[in-house]
Amino acid sequence: MLTNRSKVVVNKQMTFMERIYLPAVIGGLITTMKHFFRKKTTIDYPKEKREISENYRGQHVLKVDEKGAERCTACGLCAVSCPAEAITMTAAERKKGEENKYREEKYAAVYEINMLRCIFCGLCEEACPKEAIFLTDRLVPVSGNRDEMIYGKDKLTEKSFNQVDISKRQTPEVLAFKQQKQYQHNK
Amino acid sequence: MPKVTIDNHEIEVPEGTTILQAARMIGGDIVPPAMCYYSKLKTSGGYCRTCIVKVTQGSAKDPRPMPKPVASCRTFVMDGMVVQNTTSPELLEARKGVVEFLLLNHPLDCPICDQAGECDLQNLAYDHGADTTRYQFERRTFEKIDIGTKIKLHMTRCILCYRCVKVADQLTEGRVHGVMNRGDVSEISTYISNAIENDFSGNMIDVCPVGALTDNTFRFASRVWFTKPLDAHRNCAKCSGKAVLWMKGDEVLRVSARKDKYNEVEDWICNDCRFENKNKDQWVIDGPRFIAKDSVIAQNHYENIDLQKLKLDINRQIKFQGGKDILEHNSRVQFDEESKKALEATKK
Repeated sequence: MLTNRSKVVVNKQMTFMERIYLPAVIGGLITTMKHFFRKKTTIDYPKEKREISENYRGQHVLKVDEKGAERCTACGLCAVSCPAEAITMTAAERKKGEENKYREEKYAAVYEINMLRCIFCGLCEEACPKEAIFLTDRLVPVSGNRDEMIYGKDKLTEKSFNQVDISKRQTPEVLAFKQQKQYQHNK
Repeated sequence: MPKVTIDNHEIEVPEGTTILQAARMIGGDIVPPAMCYYSKLKTSGGYCRTCIVKVTQGSAKDPRPMPKPVASCRTFVMDGMVVQNTTSPELLEARKGVVEFLLLNHPLDCPICDQAGECDLQNLAYDHGADTTRYQFERRTFEKIDIGTKIKLHMTRCILCYRCVKVADQLTEGRVHGVMNRGDVSEISTYISNAIENDFSGNMIDVCPVGALTDNTFRFASRVWFTKPLDAHRNCAKCSGKAVLWMKGDEVLRVSARKDKYNEVEDWICNDCRFENKNKDQWVIDGPRFIAKDSVIAQNHYENIDLQKLKLDINRQIKFQGGKDILEHNSRVQFDEESKKALEATKK
């Protein structure tokens, strides 16, 4: 016996009151009616949204910098840190004249996250040396099609005129760290 | 034969052995790291200073300590010499300073660099370096140079180890490679920025401890840790034909020479093997390349465990690291007689 929770089964005869079931039915109805007067546990979802944490880990965003150039340099650290192996990428070399499109000489030509595999752990965000990928408070919409759940750069990269605010994810410590001059050697 | 004690390990070595070579004969953690010394290249070493050791007793005849840390790759052992490497905190501090100097002008572009993941400087900085830099000035930068069509020179990343120059000097006939200028402005360059038309010039890529010389045919193709290295060979009229194929699926992304545990090339391979034969059918696959468990290249490779293959791998691992601590850590694996013998032989 592994636990002390086991019970011996007895084949006991029911009494008359138990056999007519009415007291049990009424007892059940009382419990049901009690719930009418309780606070509702559900919400009217699309119209009403639950409050979520400031650093909620939802759909990813690939950031662009203040000039609108993509920050991702396809270093592969997010993919290697990903425990679900949801991220794949193909790198390409930046050509002359594309300096305003890509920040570094190498960029991700293909960047895909399989949202069905992703467990939203945030390790990619933690691994990223270029502050290119962040998880946001947006939810990943459901789909009836598996192919649609593989998000490419079209869905992940933010538009430079409509940047996703990730300032709340950056703690005062992180911001203070960025101000230090000795860490700016990669600019 | 002189007797030398390195980190409390005593060993008898032939006359004319350097401290670094003696330490490598002992093996293990006490081997000083080396960025410029290359046992396969004559007159290499003495530039980078990462292999410095503390000599607490010069010799049996003259037991005075040497006044400063010495470069172990260039210092010959004397009878009765006592050397400290990892046992001296003072020396480790000095080495940290050396690493800081090496990183002074080195850009932090590892996310872009093709060498990342198999870079000696990355490993060295990880093991010995400080995690921040005190340097606040502009780093020296250079334009990228194509050496031939197949090799790319990123002078910005160069730490001036001179290994590629020695390769050009000693492996290839006629020197077409050299270091120009001095001090902070010195740079590796071909005399005329023309192609190097030599069959073995590609080996400069393999000897480069950083990402200064990289394979142009592999440029940005993949990070090394997404590739799968396989040992392979082919019949080559010019070289041994023994190489490593870096695969992605069935595609050969890169061919490189096989390297030993000190990251030194075992057999030089020719440019034909390296650049021209990127088809799996042109090679005979010997099996997976042994990659150290803690290397990033070994990450995310979950293959079905094939016991026969595992045994083969372990045999190769025994050969690779000289039989150190294999049995203790792999008690679940049954060894056959042959590998046990190999293990015993290496332990002796």
